[in-house]
Amino acid sequence: MTDKALTITQVCKDRGKTRVLNGITLSLAPGQRVALLGHNGAGKSTLIKSILGLIPIEGGAIQIGTATPGSAQARRDTAYLPEAVSFHPALTGREQLTLFAKLSGSKADVPGLLDRVGLSDALDRRIGAYSKGMRQRLGLAQVLLGQPKVALLDEPTSGLDPISRQDLYAIIDELAAQGTAVLIASHALTEVEARTDRIAIMRKGRMVADDTLNNLSALAGLPIRLRVRASTNPDALAAELGGNRINGASVELLCSPDDKMEALRRIAGMGEAVADLEMTPPKLEDLYRHYAQEDLQ
Amino acid sequence: MTRFLAITRTEMLILRRNRWLLVATLIMVLFALALTFAGSAPTGTLGVDMLTVSVASMTTLSVYLAPLLALMIAFDAIAGDVDRGSLSLLLSYPAGRGEILLGKFTAHLAALTFAMAVGFGTAGAVAAWFGGAGPESLMALLRLILTSTLLGAVFLALGYLLSALARGATAAAGLSAGLWLVFVVLYDLGLLGAVVMDQGGTFTQSVFPWVMVANPADAFRLWNISATEGVAMASGMTGAAQALPAWAAPASLLIWPVLGFAMARAAFRRVEP
Repeated sequence: MTDKALTITQVCKDRGKTRVLNGITLSLAPGQRVALLGHNGAGKSTLIKSILGLIPIEGGAIQIGTATPGSAQARRDTAYLPEAVSFHPALTGREQLTLFAKLSGSKADVPGLLDRVGLSDALDRRIGAYSKGMRQRLGLAQVLLGQPKVALLDEPTSGLDPISRQDLYAIIDELAAQGTAVLIASHALTEVEARTDRIAIMRKGRMVADDTLNNLSALAGLPIRLRVRASTNPDALAAELGGNRINGASVELLCSPDDKMEALRRIAGMGEAVADLEMTPPKLEDLYRHYAQEDLQ
Repeated sequence: MTRFLAITRTEMLILRRNRWLLVATLIMVLFALALTFAGSAPTGTLGVDMLTVSVASMTTLSVYLAPLLALMIAFDAIAGDVDRGSLSLLLSYPAGRGEILLGKFTAHLAALTFAMAVGFGTAGAVAAWFGGAGPESLMALLRLILTSTLLGAVFLALGYLLSALARGATAAAGLSAGLWLVFVVLYDLGLLGAVVMDQGGTFTQSVFPWVMVANPADAFRLWNISATEGVAMASGMTGAAQALPAWAAPASLLIWPVLGFAMARAAFRRVEP
Protein backbone atom coordinates (compact mmCIF):
# COMPACT_ATOMS: atom_id res chain seq x y z
CA MET A 1 0.00 0.00 0.00
CA THR A 2 2.84 2.38 0.70
CA ASP A 3 3.83 2.71 -2.97
CA LYS A 4 0.67 4.78 -3.45
CA ALA A 5 0.87 8.54 -2.99
CA LEU A 6 -2.76 8.71 -1.91
CA THR A 7 -5.05 5.91 -0.75
CA ILE A 8 -8.72 6.45 0.01
CA THR A 9 -10.68 3.45 1.30
CA GLN A 10 -14.43 3.32 1.86
CA VAL A 11 -14.68 6.91 3.07
CA CYS A 12 -18.03 8.12 4.37
CA LYS A 13 -19.04 11.60 5.50
CA ASP A 14 -22.41 12.79 6.79
CA ARG A 15 -23.60 16.35 6.76
CA GLY A 16 -26.74 16.52 8.85
CA LYS A 17 -28.87 13.60 7.70
CA THR A 18 -27.51 13.42 4.17
CA ARG A 19 -24.55 11.22 3.37
CA VAL A 20 -22.32 13.46 1.23
CA LEU A 21 -19.57 10.88 0.76
CA ASN A 22 -20.63 7.25 0.51
CA GLY A 23 -18.00 4.51 0.40
CA ILE A 24 -15.48 6.42 -1.71
CA THR A 25 -12.45 4.36 -2.75
CA LEU A 26 -9.69 5.86 -4.86
CA SER A 27 -5.93 5.63 -5.07
CA LEU A 28 -3.26 7.62 -6.87
CA ALA A 29 0.24 6.42 -7.71
CA PRO A 30 3.13 8.91 -7.65
CA GLY A 31 3.18 10.97 -10.85
CA GLN A 32 -0.37 10.06 -11.79
CA ARG A 33 -2.81 12.71 -12.98
CA VAL A 34 -6.41 11.92 -12.17
CA ALA A 35 -9.44 13.99 -13.10
CA LEU A 36 -12.24 14.04 -10.55
CA LEU A 37 -15.51 14.84 -12.28
CA GLY A 38 -19.04 15.32 -11.05
CA HIS A 39 -21.93 17.77 -10.87
CA ASN A 40 -21.99 20.61 -8.39
CA GLY A 41 -22.73 19.06 -5.03
CA ALA A 42 -21.49 15.60 -6.05
CA GLY A 43 -18.98 15.72 -3.18
CA LYS A 44 -15.74 16.62 -4.97
CA SER A 45 -14.77 19.52 -2.71
CA THR A 46 -15.86 17.60 0.39
CA LEU A 47 -13.62 14.70 -0.64
CA ILE A 48 -10.67 17.07 -1.17
CA LYS A 49 -11.23 18.71 2.21
CA SER A 50 -11.34 15.31 3.90
CA ILE A 51 -8.04 14.37 2.23
CA LEU A 52 -6.58 17.58 3.68
CA GLY A 53 -7.93 16.70 7.11
CA LEU A 54 -9.90 19.96 7.22
CA ILE A 55 -13.13 18.12 7.95
CA PRO A 56 -13.55 14.87 9.91
CA ILE A 57 -14.82 11.72 8.18
CA GLU A 58 -17.32 9.27 9.66
CA GLY A 59 -15.94 6.06 8.23
CA GLY A 60 -13.16 4.59 6.13
CA ALA A 61 -9.54 5.65 5.92
CA ILE A 62 -7.37 8.11 4.01
CA GLN A 63 -3.59 7.87 3.75
CA ILE A 64 -1.16 10.31 2.18
CA GLY A 65 1.78 8.01 1.65
CA THR A 66 1.65 6.46 5.10
CA ALA A 67 0.49 9.56 6.97
CA THR A 68 -3.05 10.30 8.15
CA PRO A 69 -4.82 13.49 7.01
CA GLY A 70 -4.15 16.53 9.18
CA SER A 71 -0.91 15.13 10.64
CA ALA A 72 2.19 17.30 10.32
CA GLN A 73 3.68 14.88 7.80
CA ALA A 74 0.51 14.84 5.67
CA ARG A 75 0.29 18.63 5.67
CA ARG A 76 3.87 18.86 4.48
CA ASP A 77 3.22 16.34 1.72
CA THR A 78 0.05 17.86 0.32
CA ALA A 79 -0.47 20.98 -1.77
CA TYR A 80 -3.92 22.47 -2.24
CA LEU A 81 -5.48 24.94 -4.61
CA PRO A 82 -8.96 25.90 -3.34
CA GLU A 83 -11.83 26.66 -5.65
CA ALA A 84 -11.95 30.41 -6.47
CA VAL A 85 -8.96 31.05 -4.23
CA SER A 86 -8.50 34.48 -2.66
CA PHE A 87 -5.96 36.11 -0.40
CA HIS A 88 -5.76 39.16 1.81
CA PRO A 89 -6.10 42.14 -0.56
CA ALA A 90 -3.61 44.28 1.37
CA LEU A 91 -0.65 41.94 0.76
CA THR A 92 1.49 41.74 -2.35
CA GLY A 93 1.99 38.52 -4.27
CA ARG A 94 5.56 38.27 -3.02
CA GLU A 95 4.54 38.74 0.62
CA GLN A 96 1.74 36.20 0.40
CA LEU A 97 3.95 33.55 -1.21
CA THR A 98 6.76 34.25 1.27
CA LEU A 99 4.30 33.54 4.10
CA PHE A 100 3.30 30.22 2.54
CA ALA A 101 6.95 29.30 1.96
CA LYS A 102 7.75 29.98 5.63
CA LEU A 103 4.71 28.01 6.79
CA SER A 104 5.64 25.03 4.65
CA GLY A 105 9.20 25.25 5.96
CA SER A 106 10.71 25.11 2.49
CA LYS A 107 13.48 27.29 1.17
CA ALA A 108 11.70 28.65 -1.87
CA ASP A 109 12.73 30.90 -4.70
CA VAL A 110 9.68 33.15 -4.42
CA PRO A 111 10.37 35.47 -7.40
CA GLY A 112 11.28 32.42 -9.51
CA LEU A 113 8.00 30.69 -8.67
CA LEU A 114 5.97 33.80 -9.43
CA ASP A 115 7.82 34.10 -12.71
CA ARG A 116 6.99 30.47 -13.46
CA VAL A 117 3.25 31.24 -13.25
CA GLY A 118 3.62 34.49 -15.21
CA LEU A 119 3.28 36.96 -12.32
CA SER A 120 6.77 38.48 -12.38
CA ASP A 121 5.33 41.89 -13.35
CA ALA A 122 2.86 41.83 -10.47
CA LEU A 123 5.37 40.70 -7.83
CA ASP A 124 5.06 43.79 -5.66
CA ARG A 125 1.52 44.82 -6.50
CA ARG A 126 -1.28 44.35 -3.99
CA ILE A 127 -3.42 41.26 -4.45
CA GLY A 128 -6.46 43.53 -4.16
CA ALA A 129 -5.57 44.85 -7.62
CA TYR A 130 -5.15 41.37 -9.16
CA SER A 131 -7.62 39.93 -11.65
CA LYS A 132 -9.33 36.62 -10.91
CA GLY A 133 -6.94 34.83 -13.25
CA MET A 134 -3.92 36.38 -11.52
CA ARG A 135 -5.17 35.25 -8.11
CA GLN A 136 -5.59 31.78 -9.54
CA ARG A 137 -1.98 31.87 -10.80
CA LEU A 138 -0.78 32.96 -7.37
CA GLY A 139 -2.71 30.03 -5.94
CA LEU A 140 -0.94 27.76 -8.39
CA ALA A 141 2.45 29.19 -7.43
CA GLN A 142 1.93 28.08 -3.81
CA VAL A 143 1.09 24.56 -5.03
CA LEU A 144 4.60 24.37 -6.46
CA LEU A 145 6.22 25.09 -3.08
CA GLY A 146 8.37 22.28 -1.69
CA GLN A 147 7.78 19.21 -3.90
CA PRO A 148 4.47 17.87 -2.57
CA LYS A 149 3.60 14.15 -2.80
CA VAL A 150 -0.01 14.92 -3.56
CA ALA A 151 -1.47 18.03 -5.20
CA LEU A 152 -5.22 18.62 -4.89
CA LEU A 153 -6.54 21.18 -7.37
CA ASP A 154 -10.17 22.25 -6.99
CA GLU A 155 -11.44 23.76 -10.26
CA PRO A 156 -7.99 25.05 -11.21
CA THR A 157 -9.04 26.44 -14.60
CA SER A 158 -11.98 28.56 -13.45
CA GLY A 159 -11.39 32.17 -14.41
CA LEU A 160 -8.39 31.42 -16.61
CA ASP A 161 -8.17 32.41 -20.28
CA PRO A 162 -7.28 29.71 -22.84
CA ILE A 163 -3.56 30.54 -22.89
CA SER A 164 -3.37 30.42 -19.11
CA ARG A 165 -5.12 27.06 -19.18
CA GLN A 166 -2.42 25.71 -21.45
CA ASP A 167 0.19 27.02 -19.00
CA LEU A 168 -1.69 25.45 -16.13
CA TYR A 169 -1.67 22.01 -17.71
CA ALA A 170 2.00 22.40 -18.58
CA ILE A 171 2.67 23.06 -14.88
CA ILE A 172 0.53 20.07 -13.90
CA ASP A 173 2.59 17.91 -16.26
CA GLU A 174 5.76 19.21 -14.63
CA LEU A 175 4.41 18.35 -11.19
CA ALA A 176 3.53 14.86 -12.34
CA ALA A 177 6.97 14.45 -13.92
CA GLN A 178 8.65 15.19 -10.58
CA GLY A 179 6.55 12.43 -8.99
CA THR A 180 3.62 14.37 -7.54
CA ALA A 181 0.23 12.68 -7.75
CA VAL A 182 -2.24 15.28 -9.02
CA LEU A 183 -5.98 15.15 -8.39
CA ILE A 184 -7.88 17.70 -10.47
CA ALA A 185 -11.53 18.37 -9.70
CA SER A 186 -12.98 19.97 -12.79
CA HIS A 187 -15.95 20.80 -14.98
CA ALA A 188 -13.86 21.46 -18.08
CA LEU A 189 -14.27 18.04 -19.63
CA THR A 190 -12.51 18.58 -22.95
CA GLU A 191 -9.37 19.79 -21.17
CA VAL A 192 -8.99 16.98 -18.68
CA GLU A 193 -9.73 14.46 -21.43
CA ALA A 194 -6.38 15.03 -23.08
CA ARG A 195 -4.38 15.94 -20.01
CA THR A 196 -5.01 13.24 -17.43
CA ASP A 197 -4.12 9.57 -17.02
CA ARG A 198 -7.35 8.50 -15.38
CA ILE A 199 -10.90 9.70 -14.90
CA ALA A 200 -12.90 9.35 -11.70
CA ILE A 201 -16.55 10.36 -11.74
CA MET A 202 -18.60 11.09 -8.62
CA ARG A 203 -22.35 11.23 -8.38
CA LYS A 204 -24.27 12.10 -5.21
CA GLY A 205 -21.39 11.13 -2.95
CA ARG A 206 -20.60 7.86 -4.72
CA MET A 207 -17.72 7.01 -7.01
CA VAL A 208 -19.46 5.75 -10.15
CA ALA A 209 -16.44 5.39 -12.42
CA ASP A 210 -12.66 5.23 -12.00
CA ASP A 211 -10.58 4.10 -14.94
CA THR A 212 -8.71 5.25 -18.03
CA LEU A 213 -10.76 6.98 -20.69
CA ASN A 214 -10.46 4.00 -23.08
CA ASN A 215 -11.56 1.45 -20.52
CA LEU A 216 -14.45 3.65 -19.47
CA SER A 217 -15.63 3.88 -23.07
CA ALA A 218 -15.42 0.14 -23.48
CA LEU A 219 -17.22 -0.40 -20.17
CA ALA A 220 -19.97 2.02 -21.04
CA GLY A 221 -20.34 0.42 -24.46
CA LEU A 222 -20.99 3.77 -26.03
CA PRO A 223 -21.10 3.56 -29.84
CA ILE A 224 -18.49 4.92 -32.20
CA ARG A 225 -19.95 7.32 -34.70
CA LEU A 226 -19.03 6.79 -38.36
CA ARG A 227 -19.96 9.41 -40.90
CA VAL A 228 -19.60 8.35 -44.50
CA ARG A 229 -19.87 10.85 -47.35
CA ALA A 230 -21.13 9.40 -50.64
CA SER A 231 -19.48 10.48 -53.87
CA THR A 232 -22.64 10.18 -56.00
CA ASN A 233 -25.62 8.37 -54.53
CA PRO A 234 -26.16 8.72 -50.78
CA ASP A 235 -29.45 6.81 -50.88
CA ALA A 236 -27.79 3.71 -52.27
CA LEU A 237 -25.05 4.03 -49.71
CA ALA A 238 -27.58 4.33 -46.88
CA ALA A 239 -29.40 1.25 -48.13
CA GLU A 240 -26.18 -0.72 -48.32
CA LEU A 241 -24.74 0.31 -44.91
CA GLY A 242 -28.01 0.58 -43.05
CA GLY A 243 -27.34 3.98 -41.43
CA ASN A 244 -29.24 7.28 -41.33
CA ARG A 245 -29.13 9.82 -44.13
CA ILE A 246 -27.95 13.21 -42.90
CA ASN A 247 -27.32 16.60 -44.52
CA GLY A 248 -27.75 15.66 -48.16
CA ALA A 249 -24.64 13.71 -49.03
CA SER A 250 -23.73 11.79 -45.86
CA VAL A 251 -24.75 8.66 -43.99
CA GLU A 252 -24.21 8.25 -40.30
CA LEU A 253 -24.02 4.94 -38.53
CA LEU A 254 -23.24 3.91 -34.97
CA CYS A 255 -21.28 0.81 -34.15
CA SER A 256 -19.91 -0.77 -31.01
CA PRO A 257 -16.12 -0.77 -30.46
CA ASP A 258 -16.02 -4.51 -31.28
CA ASP A 259 -17.72 -4.04 -34.64
CA LYS A 260 -15.60 -1.08 -35.63
CA MET A 261 -13.04 -2.88 -37.79
CA GLU A 262 -15.72 -4.95 -39.51
CA ALA A 263 -17.62 -1.78 -40.46
CA LEU A 264 -14.47 -0.10 -41.72
CA ARG A 265 -13.65 -3.09 -43.91
CA ARG A 266 -17.14 -2.97 -45.43
CA ILE A 267 -16.84 0.73 -46.15
CA ALA A 268 -13.40 0.32 -47.64
CA GLY A 269 -14.75 -2.46 -49.86
CA MET A 270 -17.27 -0.10 -51.43
CA GLY A 271 -14.52 1.61 -53.37
CA GLU A 272 -15.42 4.70 -55.40
CA ALA A 273 -18.89 5.14 -53.90
CA VAL A 274 -17.35 6.55 -50.70
CA ALA A 275 -15.83 10.04 -50.92
CA ASP A 276 -14.84 10.55 -47.28
CA LEU A 277 -15.03 8.88 -43.88
CA GLU A 278 -15.06 10.50 -40.47
CA MET A 279 -14.83 8.48 -37.27
CA THR A 280 -15.69 9.91 -33.85
CA PRO A 281 -14.99 7.81 -30.76
CA PRO A 282 -17.22 8.60 -27.75
CA LYS A 283 -16.13 11.86 -26.15
CA LEU A 284 -15.61 12.30 -22.43
CA GLU A 285 -18.72 14.43 -22.52
CA ASP A 286 -20.79 11.43 -23.65
CA LEU A 287 -19.12 9.25 -21.06
CA TYR A 288 -19.65 11.81 -18.34
CA ARG A 289 -23.32 12.06 -19.22
CA HIS A 290 -23.53 8.28 -19.19
CA TYR A 291 -21.91 7.83 -15.77
CA ALA A 292 -22.98 10.95 -13.95
CA GLN A 293 -26.65 10.87 -14.88
CA GLU A 294 -27.57 7.24 -15.34
CA ASP A 295 -29.08 5.67 -12.27
CA LEU A 296 -26.87 2.71 -11.51
CA GLN A 297 -28.81 1.32 -8.58
CA MET B 1 8.36 26.91 16.26
CA THR B 2 8.92 29.96 14.09
CA ARG B 3 5.77 29.41 12.05
CA PHE B 4 3.63 31.63 14.27
CA LEU B 5 6.20 34.38 13.77
CA ALA B 6 5.65 34.17 10.00
CA ILE B 7 1.93 34.75 10.64
CA THR B 8 2.79 37.58 13.05
CA ARG B 9 4.96 39.29 10.45
CA THR B 10 2.25 39.06 7.82
CA GLU B 11 -0.43 40.36 10.19
CA MET B 12 1.78 43.31 11.17
CA LEU B 13 2.21 44.08 7.48
CA ILE B 14 -1.56 44.04 6.99
CA LEU B 15 -2.17 46.34 9.99
CA ARG B 16 0.39 48.80 8.66
CA ARG B 17 -0.82 48.56 5.08
CA ASN B 18 -4.52 49.09 5.79
CA ARG B 19 -3.67 52.07 8.03
CA TRP B 20 -5.17 50.47 11.15
CA LEU B 21 -2.02 51.12 13.14
CA LEU B 22 -1.88 54.77 12.06
CA VAL B 23 -5.55 55.44 12.75
CA ALA B 24 -5.55 53.68 16.13
CA THR B 25 -2.43 55.52 17.27
CA LEU B 26 -3.88 58.83 16.12
CA ILE B 27 -7.13 58.19 17.98
CA MET B 28 -5.22 57.36 21.16
CA VAL B 29 -3.01 60.45 20.94
CA LEU B 30 -5.89 62.83 20.22
CA PHE B 31 -8.20 61.52 22.94
CA ALA B 32 -5.43 61.34 25.53
CA LEU B 33 -4.29 64.90 24.78
CA ALA B 34 -7.84 66.25 24.84
CA LEU B 35 -8.55 64.60 28.21
CA THR B 36 -5.28 65.77 29.68
CA PHE B 37 -6.01 69.38 28.88
CA ALA B 38 -9.72 69.24 29.69
CA GLY B 39 -9.10 67.41 32.97
CA SER B 40 -6.27 69.58 34.26
CA ALA B 41 -8.53 71.88 36.27
CA PRO B 42 -8.69 70.05 39.65
CA THR B 43 -4.90 69.94 40.14
CA GLY B 44 -4.82 72.76 42.66
CA THR B 45 -7.71 71.62 44.82
CA LEU B 46 -6.46 68.04 45.16
CA GLY B 47 -2.82 68.95 45.65
CA VAL B 48 -1.44 66.42 43.15
CA ASP B 49 0.62 66.99 40.03
CA MET B 50 -0.92 67.28 36.59
CA LEU B 51 0.31 63.89 35.37
CA THR B 52 -1.65 62.17 38.16
CA VAL B 53 -4.86 63.87 37.10
CA SER B 54 -4.08 63.11 33.50
CA VAL B 55 -3.60 59.40 34.28
CA ALA B 56 -6.92 59.35 36.15
CA SER B 57 -8.71 60.84 33.12
CA MET B 58 -6.94 58.52 30.70
CA THR B 59 -7.89 55.49 32.84
CA THR B 60 -11.54 56.34 32.25
CA LEU B 61 -10.81 56.79 28.55
CA SER B 62 -8.97 53.51 28.23
CA VAL B 63 -11.85 51.50 29.72
CA TYR B 64 -13.87 52.44 26.64
CA LEU B 65 -11.19 52.71 23.99
CA ALA B 66 -8.91 49.72 24.63
CA PRO B 67 -11.71 47.11 24.28
CA LEU B 68 -13.10 48.94 21.27
CA LEU B 69 -9.79 49.08 19.40
CA ALA B 70 -9.06 45.45 20.27
CA LEU B 71 -12.44 44.22 19.04
CA MET B 72 -12.05 46.28 15.87
CA ILE B 73 -9.05 44.19 14.80
CA ALA B 74 -10.10 40.87 16.31
CA PHE B 75 -13.58 40.40 14.84
CA ASP B 76 -12.17 39.80 11.34
CA ALA B 77 -9.36 37.44 12.38
CA ILE B 78 -11.12 34.13 11.66
CA ALA B 79 -14.47 35.07 10.11
CA GLY B 80 -12.73 37.30 7.54
CA ASP B 81 -10.53 34.45 6.35
CA VAL B 82 -13.56 32.16 6.17
CA ASP B 83 -15.42 34.78 4.08
CA ARG B 84 -12.48 35.22 1.73
CA GLY B 85 -12.08 31.46 1.41
CA SER B 86 -8.42 31.68 2.34
CA LEU B 87 -8.74 29.84 5.67
CA SER B 88 -8.92 26.38 4.11
CA LEU B 89 -5.69 27.04 2.26
CA LEU B 90 -3.97 28.41 5.37
CA LEU B 91 -5.08 25.37 7.37
CA SER B 92 -3.73 22.98 4.73
CA TYR B 93 -0.23 24.18 5.66
CA PRO B 94 1.75 22.60 8.51
CA ALA B 95 0.91 25.43 10.94
CA GLY B 96 -1.60 24.31 13.55
CA ARG B 97 -4.68 26.29 14.46
CA GLY B 98 -3.17 27.28 17.80
CA GLU B 99 -0.08 28.60 16.03
CA ILE B 100 -2.19 30.63 13.59
CA LEU B 101 -4.19 32.16 16.43
CA LEU B 102 -1.07 32.84 18.47
CA GLY B 103 0.60 34.49 15.46
CA LYS B 104 -2.34 36.82 14.93
CA PHE B 105 -2.62 37.54 18.66
CA THR B 106 1.06 38.50 18.91
CA ALA B 107 0.79 40.91 15.98
CA HIS B 108 -2.46 42.47 17.14
CA LEU B 109 -1.23 42.86 20.71
CA ALA B 110 1.99 44.48 19.51
CA ALA B 111 -0.02 46.96 17.45
CA LEU B 112 -2.30 47.75 20.38
CA THR B 113 0.68 48.20 22.71
CA PHE B 114 2.25 50.59 20.22
CA ALA B 115 -0.93 52.69 19.95
CA MET B 116 -1.37 52.76 23.75
CA ALA B 117 2.25 53.57 24.52
CA VAL B 118 2.43 56.37 21.96
CA GLY B 119 -0.98 57.81 22.87
CA PHE B 120 -0.66 57.75 26.67
CA GLY B 121 3.06 58.48 26.47
CA THR B 122 2.51 61.65 24.45
CA ALA B 123 -0.25 62.89 26.74
CA GLY B 124 1.81 61.97 29.82
CA ALA B 125 4.83 63.84 28.51
CA VAL B 126 2.72 66.92 27.81
CA ALA B 127 1.14 66.78 31.28
CA ALA B 128 4.52 66.34 32.95
CA TRP B 129 5.95 69.28 30.99
CA PHE B 130 3.17 71.66 31.90
CA GLY B 131 2.16 70.55 35.36
CA GLY B 132 5.00 68.51 36.78
CA ALA B 133 5.38 64.83 37.56
CA GLY B 134 6.86 62.69 40.33
CA PRO B 135 8.11 59.13 40.56
CA GLU B 136 4.70 58.04 41.74
CA SER B 137 2.79 59.59 38.86
CA LEU B 138 5.30 58.20 36.35
CA MET B 139 4.70 54.74 37.82
CA ALA B 140 0.95 55.36 37.44
CA LEU B 141 1.49 56.20 33.77
CA LEU B 142 3.50 53.03 33.15
CA ARG B 143 0.87 51.01 34.99
CA LEU B 144 -1.82 52.56 32.83
CA ILE B 145 -0.02 51.55 29.64
CA LEU B 146 0.60 48.02 30.91
CA THR B 147 -2.94 47.45 32.16
CA SER B 148 -4.46 48.96 29.01
CA THR B 149 -2.47 46.45 26.99
CA LEU B 150 -3.75 43.64 29.22
CA LEU B 151 -7.31 44.90 28.83
CA GLY B 152 -6.75 44.99 25.07
CA ALA B 153 -5.45 41.41 25.19
CA VAL B 154 -8.67 40.30 26.93
CA PHE B 155 -10.84 41.77 24.23
CA LEU B 156 -8.59 40.53 21.41
CA ALA B 157 -9.10 36.99 22.72
CA LEU B 158 -12.85 37.50 23.18
CA GLY B 159 -12.99 39.00 19.67
CA TYR B 160 -11.36 35.85 18.23
CA LEU B 161 -13.89 33.76 20.13
CA LEU B 162 -16.78 35.65 18.51
CA SER B 163 -15.00 35.58 15.15
CA ALA B 164 -14.82 31.77 15.36
CA LEU B 165 -18.43 31.39 16.49
CA ALA B 166 -20.02 33.86 14.06
CA ARG B 167 -21.17 32.98 10.56
CA GLY B 168 -19.23 35.59 8.64
CA ALA B 169 -17.35 38.78 9.39
CA THR B 170 -20.45 41.00 9.43
CA ALA B 171 -22.08 38.88 12.10
CA ALA B 172 -18.81 38.86 14.04
CA ALA B 173 -18.70 42.68 13.93
CA GLY B 174 -22.26 42.85 15.27
CA LEU B 175 -21.54 40.41 18.08
CA SER B 176 -18.39 42.37 18.98
CA ALA B 177 -20.37 45.59 19.29
CA GLY B 178 -22.80 43.76 21.59
CA LEU B 179 -19.94 42.35 23.68
CA TRP B 180 -18.42 45.80 24.09
CA LEU B 181 -21.73 47.25 25.18
CA VAL B 182 -22.30 44.50 27.76
CA PHE B 183 -18.83 44.55 29.34
CA VAL B 184 -18.17 48.27 29.27
CA VAL B 185 -21.60 49.85 29.76
CA LEU B 186 -24.46 47.51 30.70
CA TYR B 187 -22.53 45.46 33.30
CA ASP B 188 -21.83 48.54 35.41
CA LEU B 189 -25.35 49.84 34.99
CA GLY B 190 -26.69 46.50 36.19
CA LEU B 191 -24.39 46.53 39.22
CA LEU B 192 -25.35 50.09 40.01
CA GLY B 193 -29.00 49.13 39.91
CA ALA B 194 -28.36 46.17 42.22
CA VAL B 195 -26.50 48.33 44.73
CA VAL B 196 -29.29 50.91 44.78
CA MET B 197 -31.90 48.17 45.31
CA ASP B 198 -29.83 46.54 48.07
CA GLN B 199 -29.41 49.79 50.01
CA GLY B 200 -26.12 48.92 51.67
CA GLY B 201 -27.03 45.33 52.64
CA THR B 202 -24.85 42.21 52.48
CA PHE B 203 -24.74 42.29 48.66
CA THR B 204 -23.13 45.70 48.62
CA GLN B 205 -20.78 44.82 51.48
CA SER B 206 -19.39 41.47 50.37
CA VAL B 207 -20.66 40.25 46.99
CA PHE B 208 -20.65 43.41 44.92
CA PRO B 209 -16.86 44.07 44.87
CA TRP B 210 -16.18 40.50 43.66
CA VAL B 211 -18.83 40.63 40.96
CA MET B 212 -17.35 43.93 39.89
CA VAL B 213 -13.76 42.72 39.73
CA ALA B 214 -14.85 39.69 37.66
CA ASN B 215 -15.44 42.08 34.77
CA PRO B 216 -12.04 42.79 33.16
CA ALA B 217 -13.00 46.39 32.39
CA ASP B 218 -13.78 47.05 36.05
CA ALA B 219 -10.72 45.11 37.19
CA PHE B 220 -8.67 47.43 35.00
CA ARG B 221 -10.24 50.46 36.64
CA LEU B 222 -9.77 49.09 40.15
CA TRP B 223 -6.14 48.13 39.58
CA ASN B 224 -5.19 51.61 38.39
CA ILE B 225 -7.15 53.31 41.12
CA SER B 226 -6.19 51.22 44.11
CA ALA B 227 -2.50 51.33 43.24
CA THR B 228 -2.11 55.07 43.43
CA GLU B 229 -3.66 57.18 46.14
CA GLY B 230 -3.60 60.30 44.00
CA VAL B 231 -5.37 58.64 41.11
CA ALA B 232 -7.98 57.27 43.48
CA MET B 233 -8.65 60.73 44.88
CA ALA B 234 -8.81 62.24 41.41
CA SER B 235 -11.31 59.67 40.21
CA GLY B 236 -13.30 59.46 43.44
CA MET B 237 -13.53 55.66 43.40
CA THR B 238 -11.91 54.50 46.62
CA GLY B 239 -14.76 52.61 48.29
CA ALA B 240 -14.91 49.55 46.07
CA ALA B 241 -11.14 49.28 45.85
CA GLN B 242 -10.75 49.13 49.65
CA ALA B 243 -13.22 46.25 50.00
CA LEU B 244 -11.03 43.87 48.01
CA PRO B 245 -7.61 42.33 48.60
CA ALA B 246 -4.88 43.96 46.52
CA TRP B 247 -4.37 40.90 44.31
CA ALA B 248 -8.00 40.65 43.13
CA ALA B 249 -7.91 43.15 40.27
CA PRO B 250 -4.50 42.11 38.86
CA ALA B 251 -5.52 38.45 39.08
CA SER B 252 -8.72 39.11 37.15
CA LEU B 253 -6.92 41.08 34.45
CA LEU B 254 -4.21 38.42 34.11
CA ILE B 255 -6.55 35.41 34.08
CA TRP B 256 -8.96 36.84 31.50
CA PRO B 257 -6.58 36.91 28.50
CA VAL B 258 -5.53 33.28 29.14
CA LEU B 259 -9.12 32.17 29.63
CA GLY B 260 -10.30 34.12 26.57
CA PHE B 261 -7.52 32.71 24.39
CA ALA B 262 -8.30 29.16 25.50
CA MET B 263 -11.97 29.65 24.66
CA ALA B 264 -11.12 31.17 21.27
CA ARG B 265 -8.75 28.27 20.58
CA ALA B 266 -11.47 25.75 21.42
CA ALA B 267 -14.01 27.52 19.21
CA PHE B 268 -11.51 27.81 16.34
CA ARG B 269 -10.89 24.04 16.52
CA ARG B 270 -14.54 23.46 15.64
CA VAL B 271 -14.55 25.78 12.61
CA GLU B 272 -14.92 23.83 9.35
CA PRO B 273 -13.51 25.95 6.54
